[in-house]
Amino acid sequence: MKRLPWWLRDLIYGAIFIAALIGASFGMDAIHIVGIAYYQRIIVLMGINIILAVSLNIINGHAGQFSLGHAGFMAIGAYFAAFLTYFYFAPYVNKFPVGTEQFVLQNALLLVAVLLGGALAALAGYLVGLPSLRLRGDYLAIVTLGFGEIIRVIILNIDKIGAARGFTGIPNWANFFWVYLFCGVTILISWRLVQSSVGRAFLAIREDEIAAEAMGVDATRYKVKAFIIGSFLAGVSGGLFAHFMMYLNPDMFRFLKSFEVVVMVVLGGLGSISGSIVAAIILTYLPEGLRLAKPFLHIEKDPRMVIYSIMLIVLMLTRPQGLLGRRELWQVLSRRKEAPTEEPDATSRS
Amino acid sequence: MQAFLQNLLNGIAVGAIYALIALGYTMVYGILKLINFAHGDVFMLGSFVGYYAGRFAIAHMQNTSGTWTSWIVAGAIMLLAMAACGLFGYLNERIAYRPLRNAPRIASLITAIGVSFFLEYGGQFVFGPDPKFFPQLVEKHVLQFGGITTTNYQLIVLVVAIIFMAILQYIVYGTKFGRAMRAVSFNYESASLMGIPTDRIISLTFVLGSALAAVAGILFGLSYPKIDPLMGILPGLKAFVAAVLGGIGNVPGAVVGGLLIGLIESFVSGSRFSNFTPAIAFVILIGILLFRPSGLFGKYEAEKV
Amino acid sequence: MPLLEAKNVTIRFGGLTAVSDFNLTIEPHELVGLIGPNGAGKTTIFNILTGVYKPDEGAIFVNGKATRNCKPFDITALGVARTFQNIRLFKELTVLDNVKIGGHLHYKYPSASAVLHTNRFHGAESIAEADAIELLRIFNLEKRAQFYARNLPYGDQRRLEIARAMAVRPKLLLLDEPAAGLNTGETIELMAKIHEIRDRFNLTILLIEHNMELVMGICERIVVLNFGKTIAQGTPEQVRSNPVVIEAYLGEPVEA
Repeated sequence: MKRLPWWLRDLIYGAIFIAALIGASFGMDAIHIVGIAYYQRIIVLMGINIILAVSLNIINGHAGQFSLGHAGFMAIGAYFAAFLTYFYFAPYVNKFPVGTEQFVLQNALLLVAVLLGGALAALAGYLVGLPSLRLRGDYLAIVTLGFGEIIRVIILNIDKIGAARGFTGIPNWANFFWVYLFCGVTILISWRLVQSSVGRAFLAIREDEIAAEAMGVDATRYKVKAFIIGSFLAGVSGGLFAHFMMYLNPDMFRFLKSFEVVVMVVLGGLGSISGSIVAAIILTYLPEGLRLAKPFLHIEKDPRMVIYSIMLIVLMLTRPQGLLGRRELWQVLSRRKEAPTEEPDATSRS
Repeated sequence: MQAFLQNLLNGIAVGAIYALIALGYTMVYGILKLINFAHGDVFMLGSFVGYYAGRFAIAHMQNTSGTWTSWIVAGAIMLLAMAACGLFGYLNERIAYRPLRNAPRIASLITAIGVSFFLEYGGQFVFGPDPKFFPQLVEKHVLQFGGITTTNYQLIVLVVAIIFMAILQYIVYGTKFGRAMRAVSFNYESASLMGIPTDRIISLTFVLGSALAAVAGILFGLSYPKIDPLMGILPGLKAFVAAVLGGIGNVPGAVVGGLLIGLIESFVSGSRFSNFTPAIAFVILIGILLFRPSGLFGKYEAEKV
Repeated sequence: MPLLEAKNVTIRFGGLTAVSDFNLTIEPHELVGLIGPNGAGKTTIFNILTGVYKPDEGAIFVNGKATRNCKPFDITALGVARTFQNIRLFKELTVLDNVKIGGHLHYKYPSASAVLHTNRFHGAESIAEADAIELLRIFNLEKRAQFYARNLPYGDQRRLEIARAMAVRPKLLLLDEPAAGLNTGETIELMAKIHEIRDRFNLTILLIEHNMELVMGICERIVVLNFGKTIAQGTPEQVRSNPVVIEAYLGEPVEA
């Protein structure tokens, strides 16, 4: 396998992955159990949250920056992709009779719309990142929060895409296949990036920005790069979200949404890709799980958010490094302790 | 001209309330370098304590028309709110912030946001999400002079705010405790090496800030009687912008910042952009942070390499 | 042409003039020491030379290029590398990764290459790995390559900082108190190591130190700083017996 040219290798991996996804898609559709659609929906939403969490982990976990505005980039991707399909692509596709040609066209145009949504979100990430990334920690957090809000308010005031009423009628072109395809892409990008010189630069900036610059790393440029990549993927997740939910509303992208993604990344462990994935899965299911438990709690009002915030505080107090800390799942499972420490007289403080 | 003076008066009145909240932000940041996201919700808590205490007082006191009694009762309610919020501030710091003092910054950030959500959603859960009407603690009179309309409430706001700011000024600059506070905000380690009980000072700072937020909550409830559990978000944000505008960590700066934000809001609300939405507050904040991050009176701290 | 030239460099922090009218010329292959009491401004000068601070007055030239307005990474690209007084390693990264980052400018490639694992990526990574291991070997750290930097004992951490700086493949190496906290044996090893890398890699070295044995032992020329001003310059013998220098360190002689 190693002998093959790199592009052929990547192509083969890609083909295998796509084949597996198609298989899983058909498999899921084939299961005829009552209520399966509910679980299918949760699984797709998990996929979207995985993309969000892994992409935010690049910014917050690898590059060590505090971004609290991820929902804003998701919103841009969502609305732009929906705008493209609703006003241009769908009318065009619907002219074709139902058949293979239309199927291929529809999927191709979905891909185009989602990627363009991501591109616009990336541009926004660049515009937001460039001025903001000079700021330290807490201030960067507030500014990104602010930009997320500003983006939402701007969308709220654009009548053509529904403003406060919401954007309805988005064609249902996204499904398990597309969402998990992009999941795979996101995880691949994040993983390969962190193993490369780009990832090392990110980590160096996270650990000590001044030392990183002394070693030749242009910190601002790499921080902006992290922002662009992260926001591109967030935009992609938004586009997929739009075409799965078929409805968009600016209220879906408030600060609370950004915060939920931040919680996923922190719960999983800042810097751990597998941690973000696990946390995204858990936290997507949690509201559903709590909803199922409600009848047993004898409370009419909805305590979910109160429980959520208490859990959060407890989590931060007991295990601020999250589930996996900075390590990946296989490192934790194989019980490989942190890289060896010295004999007893070491000055280590693990 | 009259419109100008009217806006001026309104701006100063609401600005005084923002200033009281901003002081809490600035003191905590000065001491801990922490943005206390939950502070705006402490303000909300103060309002609600005032609400319930006020309703209790009115229900149990038939003779509220006697002005002296109602003033005393109002004063007592304010003190009660201050005590309640002060207690909350103390517990908040002790339980949620102190254990994380040496943890990475993001843990404190998330915890602060968690406490904020806890107050907001908890408030909705306990008090109910619909707005309530803040009781008229003292009799309300409308006053007119020179074509400007105001109520005695606005004057109460101004007087009370000034009194408390003066008290705070005295505490911070005229007492041993205040000197200790300033020492800790300059350099935590050195202060503790000098024998200053830093933990206690930090706790007291939180108590002070929260008490002031309670005062702001009562004054706000009097001025804008519709209150609800989410009422702290927007004023909290504006007060934070005010604190940054004045130079975060700088106590007089917070007052100036609060007044400025109040004035901006007052004059803007009469014009096209009548919705002083969070977005506008953020635009101002981002502008400050990008062009003059140390605010009006703050000092730029160079990082030692 | 001199490798480094600092002319009339002055910097003020608020009301304090930290460095005043500093001049220094360093020719290639020299080993120069910068000494002075604490607070004299030595590390500040390092920070100015490496672009962390911008001087209020004066100019700096690296290999003839003016660097006053350059950012730190630009100056690194010109071949200047440094270590830090307080050790600024990338704690959560492995020893090997720390050194690899030192060589960042030599191995970097676009993100697309990283994601697609192109030949360029593979090539650069194998060179990075080989270079890093070689440097670790020179500094006797190759057995600890997979350790996390924060788990290293103190002496190893100091050596790792130098190894990381060497990965930059600098022409000029700035060492800030490399012997701080080392015992006599380690200091002697360090002195030998500095000589070794200077000759092997054709380096020019400027170092800050308080340890007089090291300074007098290996420096060819010494600059003495006090209160931000140069008070003496010369060979070790000249500086050692200079009364101004002695007064700066020990105070005025007591009239017998």
